[in-house]
Amino acid sequence: MRILQVRDLALSFGGLNVIDRLSFDVDEGSIVSLIGPNGAGKTSVFNCLTGFYKADSGEIRFMDQPVTKLKPHKITQKGMARTFQNLRLFKQMTVLENVMSGMHCRTRAGALGAVLRSGSQRREEAHIRSVAQECLEFVGILALKDRLARNLPYGDQRRVEWARALATRPRLLLFDEPAAGLNYDEKERLIGLIRRIREELGITIFLIEHDMGLVMQISEKVVVIDYGKKIAEGGCDAVQCDPKVIEAYLGREDEEGAADERNRS
Amino acid sequence: MAEPSTPPPAAAATSGLAGLEERLFVFFDKRSRRRLVQGLLVLAAVSIPLVGDSYLLEILTNSFFYIVLCLGLNIVVGYAGLLDLGYAAFFAVGAYTTGILTSQFDWNFWLTIPAAVFFSIIAGVIIGGPTLRLRSDYLAIVTLGFGEITRIAARNLKELTGGASGLIGINRPSFFGLELNQIHHYYYVFFILVLLAVFVSFRLQHSRLGRAWQYVREDEDAAEAMGIDRVAVKLYAYVIGAVFAGVAGCFFAGKMTAISPETFQFMQSATILMAVVLGGMGKIPGMIVGALALILFPEIFREIGSVRMLVFGVVLVMMMIFRPQGIWPERRN
Repeated sequence: MRILQVRDLALSFGGLNVIDRLSFDVDEGSIVSLIGPNGAGKTSVFNCLTGFYKADSGEIRFMDQPVTKLKPHKITQKGMARTFQNLRLFKQMTVLENVMSGMHCRTRAGALGAVLRSGSQRREEAHIRSVAQECLEFVGILALKDRLARNLPYGDQRRVEWARALATRPRLLLFDEPAAGLNYDEKERLIGLIRRIREELGITIFLIEHDMGLVMQISEKVVVIDYGKKIAEGGCDAVQCDPKVIEAYLGREDEEGAADERNRS
Repeated sequence: MAEPSTPPPAAAATSGLAGLEERLFVFFDKRSRRRLVQGLLVLAAVSIPLVGDSYLLEILTNSFFYIVLCLGLNIVVGYAGLLDLGYAAFFAVGAYTTGILTSQFDWNFWLTIPAAVFFSIIAGVIIGGPTLRLRSDYLAIVTLGFGEITRIAARNLKELTGGASGLIGINRPSFFGLELNQIHHYYYVFFILVLLAVFVSFRLQHSRLGRAWQYVREDEDAAEAMGIDRVAVKLYAYVIGAVFAGVAGCFFAGKMTAISPETFQFMQSATILMAVVLGGMGKIPGMIVGALALILFPEIFREIGSVRMLVFGVVLVMMMIFRPQGIWPERRN
């Protein structure tokens, strides 16, 4: 079954086509990567999927429902969670409080319940806390739960963000460059974690990543875009040999200086 | 994994004020000690009318009233991080609801409170609904405008509000047959309001909603990505803040028995906001200290006449330079 279907997605900023008639699918239970040179429009695709950008045209279907025009919080409620390329933690709050934010959309207590501290409100608070702790345990930083998020080392802050996304109880998880800034060991652990998220929690994974080693190691399918257009799609081996992909990353041989021109990071 | 570099907390505790603050913080870290100090403060507040003269009671009652308003505005500004420059409008809604219903329709005072809550919620939704989509600085300007609109409307709706001369003959509340007409009655009434406001603020702060306000305040986009409806959460804060001011306004009208539009000028909103910032946004003790400082300072220095406002201004500027986080700021480590 396809958990995510993107059809003819287009987005432009002031005449610049950031995403150009892009179509692809993500199968339920798979691990799919979105790659492309710098500035190819990968994060823009994520922002469209999660409702932060409104696409000019095209359709996004998530679990067979259109989500193209929904607001970000509605999309998260439907079961699509994301992480950010540059960490967006609630820095002044504890690790546990950060992760508890994910459960907000799965709970309901309002102002009256809070003031009266009713039985159902107290049970719900306990539930939020225990789910958050489970998520922290899953990513392996439960011991840090009472620390302030901003005081953690970078690698652990990343893990807080993953735990926070898991706490929204997603069906599909979008990772925006999860390995950026991680050292070798941390990357190895990330690969293990992504596999466990799929194996143990049954969550479909869609990620943007620059680390090709990591992408080729875990992806079952790779979508390659350049200038907002899809240039290749398929298994790791097929994509790696695809002349268009090689051209996008390295430039064409017969075009002198094209490689430099392409190097727009 | 390497130990992260933590800010030096104890290092600051070397001398003078910083050292005192550090020791106070350590002292209040224990729950039992906090409870003890809170109990003593409540006991002191309850027994003051037995010894104090009516001048003192009048000032303290006024301070209590401002504490309630500050706690209400704190929900909007401190918890949810929304800059509101027209908070007096909600206070006006409560006061006028009580004023109009008791003086023109002869309602019982207590029945006007639910009505005031209702109208505060309506006013909060009408003002907040369209404006809370705006980012902070625009919101400040729009709330400023709404504050003025409310005051001018109160002045021009002559049949209902008595126009510029205001309403007189507002029914005083009575309590089991006892008409509340002495200053010590109101001292206790407003003291109970303070306790209630502190209780509600505390419960809200430590709840799912309280955390949602903090998430939105810290990073709106991340909060949305976590499934939090930022407009709904802000509207909640705005409406609850409005209800605080509305209820305080009812008792204000009941105590004064007369109200006029000039009570609800922009300076009123600015004063409450000033106390909130002065005390330390987001902290309940900060609101109490801020409101007390704001009301007591001009009274204590009454002898030096109008110069006191100048001194007060200088103190405020110094505060903003040397302690921008307020007298009693949020503190976590």
